[in-house]
Amino acid sequence: MSEALLVLEDGRAFRGESYGATGTTVGEAVFSTGMTGYQETLTDPSYHRQVVVMTAPHIGNTGVNGEDDESRRIWVAGFVVRDPARRPANWRSTGTLDDELVANGVVGISGVDTRALTRHLRDRGAMRVGISTEVLDADALLAQVLAAPSMSGADLAPEVTTEAAYVVPAVGEKKYTIAALDLGIKAATPRHLAELGVETHVLPATATAAELLAAGPDGVFLSNGPGDPAASDYAVDAVKGVLDARRPLFGICFGNQILGRALGLGTYKLPFGHRGLNQPVLDRVTDSVRVTSQNHGFAVDAPLDRASDTPYGRVEVSHVGLNDQVVEGLRCLDVPAFSVQFHPEAAAGPHDAAPLFQRFVDLMEDNRAEA
Amino acid sequence: MPKRDDISHVMVIGSGPIVIGQACEFDYSGTQACRVLKAEGLRVSLVNSNPATIMTDPEVADATYIEPLTPEFVEKVIAAERPDALLATLGGQTALNLGLALQENGVLEKYGVRLIGADAEAINRGEDRQLFKDIVRSIGADAPRSTVCGTVEEALATAAEVGYPVVIRPSFTMGGLGSGFATDEAMLRRMAGHGLADSPVHTVLIEESVLGWKEYELELMRDHTDNVVVVCSIENIDAMGVHTGDSVTVAPAMTLTDREYQHMRDVGIAVLRAVGVDTGGCNIQFAVNPENGRLVVIEMNPRVSRSSALASKATGFPIAKIAAKLAIGYTLDEITNDITKVTPAAFEPTLDYVVVKIPRFAFEKFPGADPRLTTTMKSVGEVMSMGRNFTEALGKAMRSTETPQVGFWTGPAQPEATAEELVEQLRTPLDGRLYVAERALAAGATVEAVAEASGFDPWFVDQVLQVTEIGAAVREAPSLTPELLRRAKRHGLSDRQVAALRPELAGEDGVRTLRWRLGIRPVYKTVDTCAAEFAATTPYHYSTYDEETEVAPRTKPAVLILGSGPNRIGQGIEFDYSCVHAVLALQDAGYEAVMVNCNPETVSTDYDTADRLYFEPLTFEDVLEVVEAERAAGPVAGVICTLGGQTPLALAQRLKDAGVPVLGTAPEAIDAAEDRAEFSRVLADTGLPAPKHGTAFRFDEAREIAASIGYPVLVRPSYVLGGRGMEIVYEDATLEAYLAKATDVSPDHPVLIDRFLEDAVEIDVDALYDGTDLYLGGVMEHIEEAGIHSGDSACALPPITLGSTDLHAIRAATQKLAARIGVRGLMNVQYALKDDVLYVLEANPRASRTVPFVSKATAVPLAKAAARIAVGETIAQLRAAGVLPATGDGTDTPDDAPIAVKEAVLPFNRFRTIDGMGVDTVLSPEMKSTGEVMGLDAEFGTAFAKSQAAAYGSLPTEGTVFVSLANRDKRSAVFPVKRLADLGFTVLATAGTAQVLRRNGVPCTVVGKYSDGPGNVVEAILAGEVDMVVNTPFGAPGNSGPRLDGYEIRTAAVTAGIPCITTVQGMAAAVQGVESLRRGDIGVRSLQDLHAALAASRAEALAASRAGALS
Repeated sequence: MSEALLVLEDGRAFRGESYGATGTTVGEAVFSTGMTGYQETLTDPSYHRQVVVMTAPHIGNTGVNGEDDESRRIWVAGFVVRDPARRPANWRSTGTLDDELVANGVVGISGVDTRALTRHLRDRGAMRVGISTEVLDADALLAQVLAAPSMSGADLAPEVTTEAAYVVPAVGEKKYTIAALDLGIKAATPRHLAELGVETHVLPATATAAELLAAGPDGVFLSNGPGDPAASDYAVDAVKGVLDARRPLFGICFGNQILGRALGLGTYKLPFGHRGLNQPVLDRVTDSVRVTSQNHGFAVDAPLDRASDTPYGRVEVSHVGLNDQVVEGLRCLDVPAFSVQFHPEAAAGPHDAAPLFQRFVDLMEDNRAEA
Repeated sequence: MPKRDDISHVMVIGSGPIVIGQACEFDYSGTQACRVLKAEGLRVSLVNSNPATIMTDPEVADATYIEPLTPEFVEKVIAAERPDALLATLGGQTALNLGLALQENGVLEKYGVRLIGADAEAINRGEDRQLFKDIVRSIGADAPRSTVCGTVEEALATAAEVGYPVVIRPSFTMGGLGSGFATDEAMLRRMAGHGLADSPVHTVLIEESVLGWKEYELELMRDHTDNVVVVCSIENIDAMGVHTGDSVTVAPAMTLTDREYQHMRDVGIAVLRAVGVDTGGCNIQFAVNPENGRLVVIEMNPRVSRSSALASKATGFPIAKIAAKLAIGYTLDEITNDITKVTPAAFEPTLDYVVVKIPRFAFEKFPGADPRLTTTMKSVGEVMSMGRNFTEALGKAMRSTETPQVGFWTGPAQPEATAEELVEQLRTPLDGRLYVAERALAAGATVEAVAEASGFDPWFVDQVLQVTEIGAAVREAPSLTPELLRRAKRHGLSDRQVAALRPELAGEDGVRTLRWRLGIRPVYKTVDTCAAEFAATTPYHYSTYDEETEVAPRTKPAVLILGSGPNRIGQGIEFDYSCVHAVLALQDAGYEAVMVNCNPETVSTDYDTADRLYFEPLTFEDVLEVVEAERAAGPVAGVICTLGGQTPLALAQRLKDAGVPVLGTAPEAIDAAEDRAEFSRVLADTGLPAPKHGTAFRFDEAREIAASIGYPVLVRPSYVLGGRGMEIVYEDATLEAYLAKATDVSPDHPVLIDRFLEDAVEIDVDALYDGTDLYLGGVMEHIEEAGIHSGDSACALPPITLGSTDLHAIRAATQKLAARIGVRGLMNVQYALKDDVLYVLEANPRASRTVPFVSKATAVPLAKAAARIAVGETIAQLRAAGVLPATGDGTDTPDDAPIAVKEAVLPFNRFRTIDGMGVDTVLSPEMKSTGEVMGLDAEFGTAFAKSQAAAYGSLPTEGTVFVSLANRDKRSAVFPVKRLADLGFTVLATAGTAQVLRRNGVPCTVVGKYSDGPGNVVEAILAGEVDMVVNTPFGAPGNSGPRLDGYEIRTAAVTAGIPCITTVQGMAAAVQGVESLRRGDIGVRSLQDLHAALAASRAEALAASRAGALS
């Protein structure tokens, strides 16, 4: 087994063994605390340009299969695990994760003290990192890490979005049609919507409001995605157009940040982000706690104790993260729009928040009734 | 919403004596609950019959009743305490059943008490198989398919539909009678036929078999606003068919994709909601078909369970504590996560380590018992371990079990076998199957073959193969490189395992020397519930071979307390009690208490108990590394090895040799008591008599010794706890057989042979000694005849027949022994009193099993005092500090002190022989009981009646008593039997006994002995025609004659679950108890009340003695 080296931008280095593809990679180091769903995580476009550290020690146990991919490829820039499975075992498994990483050219490292690395990132914040199986001198790799661009200010949605629009049909009778802005959409989202009778027209990230509304959809959906929301003005402009048209709008994750910006709220980078499947969120509308799947490094800045006045009327914080009181959802009181920072589509993660898709459908239904 | 304001007084029910399937995990959960409720400002009253628990410490609840867990007694407690609410979901099945019974018989309504946590309807929905299945289906989930059939044809049709094999369960039969698996039509035809006949309603349930499917459990919590979290997933390595308590289990689940896991989670939450457990914890069990992922729900426990305790320890999420808070109205988001102190309890713990649990069995205690693992739980304890990967956790768990094999390649040599033979062996689930799997893989079996035969998931088999490969690499490498050694340690190999593979390294010590020289040392990670996402403040650690350690520096001196490891017969909760008390005492004395233990069921391994907790195996290697880690963190005053039973005691000398300060009694002194030759010198020096004895290494020596001291003799191996391998031998032939059987007899481990004193009174003493003064904690007089292990015999404190002369003699002898041995702390001595001579049977310079019993009966915290003596305080100082009474001790108990009776609880009904018969229930010098209860009252008869009620259910107040007496007992038994007859009991007796009874005017009916053939008393007992058995045994134990008759009778009594009294004193006591029960005036009194009365009496005595001194 060949040696591999991991170096963080502050100089801390970990030595381990090569896992997945060989070579050198640089990205933003983040940790994910999910104990299941590595295949979904790896194929989630929101992880584009990030080197993901899995805190769960055993990764690859169930291999990979043809059903659990959330997009067309693996997006992570690098993968850090402690104990990769030598042999997967699951009735659906069609191959090993190691082979899949090689096929996707993902450079990884195994055998490192992932807990020490996680504690470092928790204390110092997310930072750039390099992994290499070729450059085994820490100083040399550090130089490459420092030369790489930072995540702040990075506009990444155009890099992960679909090239051409496509349609995901409803399951059974079609009741609604929506346009989805693909900022890094996961397959689970249109799947959930389809089950509620929604036909989803997925459009590239740079689609304008006019393009989104061209087919006369019942609503517009803003997906999750990678990068700094402050760098995605085109999406913000598109959302403003949708709000002006008073078309029902639902955003998740990056989409929540884009809606926030369209409403005039700020966004900021969290110290080390929320990435895991166990994040408690208080739904202030129902006063109930949902255990949610999250993956975000940025958050919306809005007051928790009162509604904010925006160009589109009042907006209130509908969901709050219970661990650190971060804004986890917005609800517009005067236009038909809402968004959440977490992932109701889960994949990976618990299904507690899935009823939010129904809330979107209800919003479209109400809007129809009014119209 | 904050806590409800309509509850100000909660009653908590404990789980009673430790039995198989219900162990000290409920002490852990009950203790947590009581503390939480008390901290919330509620009055807490508690009922539990088990004195060895922390929860029954008087500080834990406001009013503690050590009373039988029967509806009658609990009603008395309710009447005395008048609580608003009853919390019955934290005391296992015992408490749940009791809660339901009190609901059904109207007691709760009568006194206006509400069941909180789960109501009766929810409990029924969770517990009733059919009702539960219907609920599972109603939420769209799957359960094993089944149909109730009234004819063989219907059964066949059902089987054709669900597919073979099928399970047959006759309706309404007891104890699974007539149930089993049918693999084909012919078998089903036969079994269904029998099953229909066995069933009183002539129906059988034919159910799809999920044998061999993967088995999982989820631990869930729900609050009253319907927030639900999954605390932990657990995967069983042993597939369906082996009880989860007997399975090797892993947390978190290792072989599920997110889709499968989330489906399981969705179903679990839906089931919890549909069953309607209002608040608290529940456990749901699932089976997954490995071929197609089909998931079926098997069962749920609508309460905190053994798995909840495991899940709490595995994750750091304190289920019982939070369940108690939810029960009084809090919601999950209102409760803070103890570990992070900043995030709420409304979340799901995530693990960055792997947890392995391995059960501990005691088949060696029950010769003839069927060792096959089935759906009936047979293990008596368990160990848990944590590692940063599965192999590390597995290796640590294996060496935690303290079985002859402590990890692969250790222990006795195994017979040669081919891969095929070993794979075949795996088909039968037995303890230690992972060892067989490893040997099969080493012999060349494929992962597929091992997985197929064992039902283990191939992933786990591959993990074992990985260890096999590392083992081979270590064995075969030309030299042990640092890389290879590090790799071996990262996959859980102990120094001892490496030493077994590399003989040239001069054993375990050589491996450690090399390892330390290479700087290959473990680090200590923290259990933090959140995989390091948030900073943790709770020092709950486990070792691993990784880069970064998290042990924080400290300034206060630390004392390490070594726990007792897995529960087993002879070493159970009593030792954990002493360890927990030591923690509390040392904290009071200004030390940081550091706990080391590997038993997840205990209070000692609650992260709240000690200042620091190391969840580690209690092996020399693991303990020494913890000591080194703590030394690096700050000053270490030393290690206490004398409170956790034999496990830590066995480490004392090696730790001392390694330069670790061993506190309390020195290892050399321990040796002086354990080593027979040394102990003979102790006895000679002190001039105390002992039964004649000798030490033998071979049969011819043993025969000579036996001839010189005379039969009967007591034989046993040296260095044992719980009388392991101890027997009374009456002739040469049995002696020879014993030596042949005792395979591990060696020059280091000879056999001890003692004269057995028949008809002696046995006495147990627990005492403290500080080098100058003796504090005699208590004198316990055994009720059972001599020759029965002290752990299995009932005893009374204060002693009921000993006079002050005897007590003074006992005190003097104990002081001499303690001084000569060099005790600094606790010592337990066993004496036999025969013909006014006090013989010393044995002395153990350590905390004994009876320490909690004595402490509760006398209101003196012996274990706390022992811990303070270990760190240098004197008995005089402890008296002055109020830890011990100012004057007097256990030999001058106030006259109005209550009588405490301890009764043992035996697990015989759990075991069957291979052909389904009951196992021999013979009581002997080898301990077999799993737990104990305490009966406490002003007089002996009532206390005894309570102890019987607590252990076996109540004594009868009417009905039929069967009496069979040894000749020597016949005269003294006439009066009590006559009394029973006068009270209206029908008396059955064997011919000889009947003759004596009739001559004395006691009407009775003669019934045949077992050896008399059909129509005998054993049949009558099993048919439920007898309500109490009085049988005093006599003659030599063996396979024939009167002794065997007695055993058959006793076995039948155990099977029928009726009281079985074996001594005349016991019968006299029972008669008093029956009378009290008939009068209905047996009262209940709280421990706090009794202790206050004792304190008052002692104060009075002190004042009187001072007044006397002044005048």
